[in-house]
Amino acid sequence: MTAGILLSGQAQGDRIELSAAGSWTAEYAGVIEPQIDAATRAITARTISVNLARIEYLDTYGAWLLERALRGWKNQGHDARLVGLREDYRGLFEKVHAGTQKLTPAPRGRNSIMATLESVGITMAGVGADLALFAQMTGSLITALARVVMRPTSFRLTSMVHQLERVGWRAVPIILLITVLIGAILAQQGIFHFRKFGADIYVIDMVGVLVLREIGVLIVCVMVAGRSGSSYTAELGAMRMREEIDALRTMGFDPVEVLILPRILALVIAVPILTFLGSMAALYGGGLVSWLYGGIQPEIFLARLREAVSGTTFEVGMIKAPFMALVIGIVACVEGLQVQGSAESLGEKTTNSVVKSIFMVIVLDGIFAMFFASIGL
Amino acid sequence: MANVSNTPIVEVRDLVVDLKGNRILNGVTLDVYRGEILGFVGASGAGKSVLTRTILGLLPKQAGSIVVLGVNLDQAGELQRQEIERRWGILFQQGALFSSLTVGENIEFPIREYLDVSDRLMTEIAITKLEMVGLKADVYRKFPSELSGGMIKRVALARALALDPEILFLDEPTSGLDPISAGDFDQLILTLQQTSAMAVFMVTHDLDSLHTICDRIAVLGDGKIIEAGGMERMLASQHPWLRAYFHGVRARAGRQAAN
Repeated sequence: MTAGILLSGQAQGDRIELSAAGSWTAEYAGVIEPQIDAATRAITARTISVNLARIEYLDTYGAWLLERALRGWKNQGHDARLVGLREDYRGLFEKVHAGTQKLTPAPRGRNSIMATLESVGITMAGVGADLALFAQMTGSLITALARVVMRPTSFRLTSMVHQLERVGWRAVPIILLITVLIGAILAQQGIFHFRKFGADIYVIDMVGVLVLREIGVLIVCVMVAGRSGSSYTAELGAMRMREEIDALRTMGFDPVEVLILPRILALVIAVPILTFLGSMAALYGGGLVSWLYGGIQPEIFLARLREAVSGTTFEVGMIKAPFMALVIGIVACVEGLQVQGSAESLGEKTTNSVVKSIFMVIVLDGIFAMFFASIGL
Repeated sequence: MANVSNTPIVEVRDLVVDLKGNRILNGVTLDVYRGEILGFVGASGAGKSVLTRTILGLLPKQAGSIVVLGVNLDQAGELQRQEIERRWGILFQQGALFSSLTVGENIEFPIREYLDVSDRLMTEIAITKLEMVGLKADVYRKFPSELSGGMIKRVALARALALDPEILFLDEPTSGLDPISAGDFDQLILTLQQTSAMAVFMVTHDLDSLHTICDRIAVLGDGKIIEAGGMERMLASQHPWLRAYFHGVRARAGRQAAN
């Protein structure tokens, strides 16, 4: 293929004859385009004819550039036409010629302040809608629960046990590992700083109260939200994408009763157990570090712990666990049912589920803190 | 039909491909000629997609050679391969449009990468391609998620055609389309093929496509090409699978409708 001479012409009075030659293809489009534009601008003759007989190859690019020149000349009031177009290129040229190039103008970029305000507004409306959905899900959960209590045979026990295994039993190793580490880190930091005041023994008070009241349940809930909440959302979302939930509905089943109730109940049972295990593991990690790093003998640790924490400290931590499990479960299921048809939507909702449930867990923890403070626990 | 020449544009010789320890293709030999539409059929799971993906370099092969546009892909250097990739267009089954880009950006993507042309020309070509595949110019600014299945296929075809390829690979282009859209899509492929004289390699299950637009049909079975040739040859073949495929109830109904 040769680029050759692409466009040349001879003027004869009021008419000009241009001759196109060579390869009018994508490869040479960058070279042809300036020539076409120059020709469109410069020619003053009334009648223009373009001879295409010497074109070796023509593709959409070449054909469009010729068409662009023709349209330009016609707009300027010239009388332009093509001659010598090869028969096998006629179809291509007609296709290109039929194009309208009518493009709706791009939407104008809006004022950035307005755009920011708008996005804030949309987000707030989204928060409102989320709250409504949360309330709606809680409502349908309670109705489903009431129905199950009236007709206990309709309860999906197998499903719940299966979920319990997934979100409870299989979560134990990772929960233990993480909480041991958290307890150890708390103790190490406490000893390091308390030692300056000769108060290293108080590290046991700190670890004990912090773990039993706050950290144990929080860490477990964050883990459960990331591990089990996300998988609930992904599962329910995938079921929605495959129309399984619609199938359930058409068979006369309530998806909340069949799918969501067993899952949320499993969480409500599993999270307190995990919280208990996690808190114990954190205390163990704290004790281990106090002994190895702080030189506090295990007997002293235990004795001191018995003085520092009371049954109430432990109860305050544990009572929060089922409520947090409920919040995680509801958020995860609401998000799962919100999934639209596409895979992107599934990924987005799963991310949302984790972010929202962790946020809700922390908000709930704050509310509990205020509540317990005001009743003096 | 179009001017079919006898120079092969794709030559596959004795191709052997294993997937997870199973021999999927066992000595496939196949030519695609310049300017023809080759329909490629075979039972589900016979390895049609595997062959296509191996030709495109998406799957490794165990033995055999693949020559595309006169270049052996094994011996081709990086630049030579890019040159080949510029000259073929591929329509994936689900369209494979980039979801983060608009339709226009999708079509301009290969143009921007491979050609040195002005933005204005790029836009005009993208719109021309859109109009050539039967869409309106306003689709240009839409995102793939805003399009219907048939439109996605058309946009994907426009993207496959963006660089005016010499070979077009189509993976089940009419699957998931209603019969009217499928028929329109067949006609579209035929007109585009005739206007640009490119070769089309089409994996399909659509008997109507095979009847109406394919110049030649190749049949894959047992890891080999069991028959290749025109429709008459397919109908005359005694191979049990071919008899079942081309003389089955659906095939007969389709032929009667065509007549």
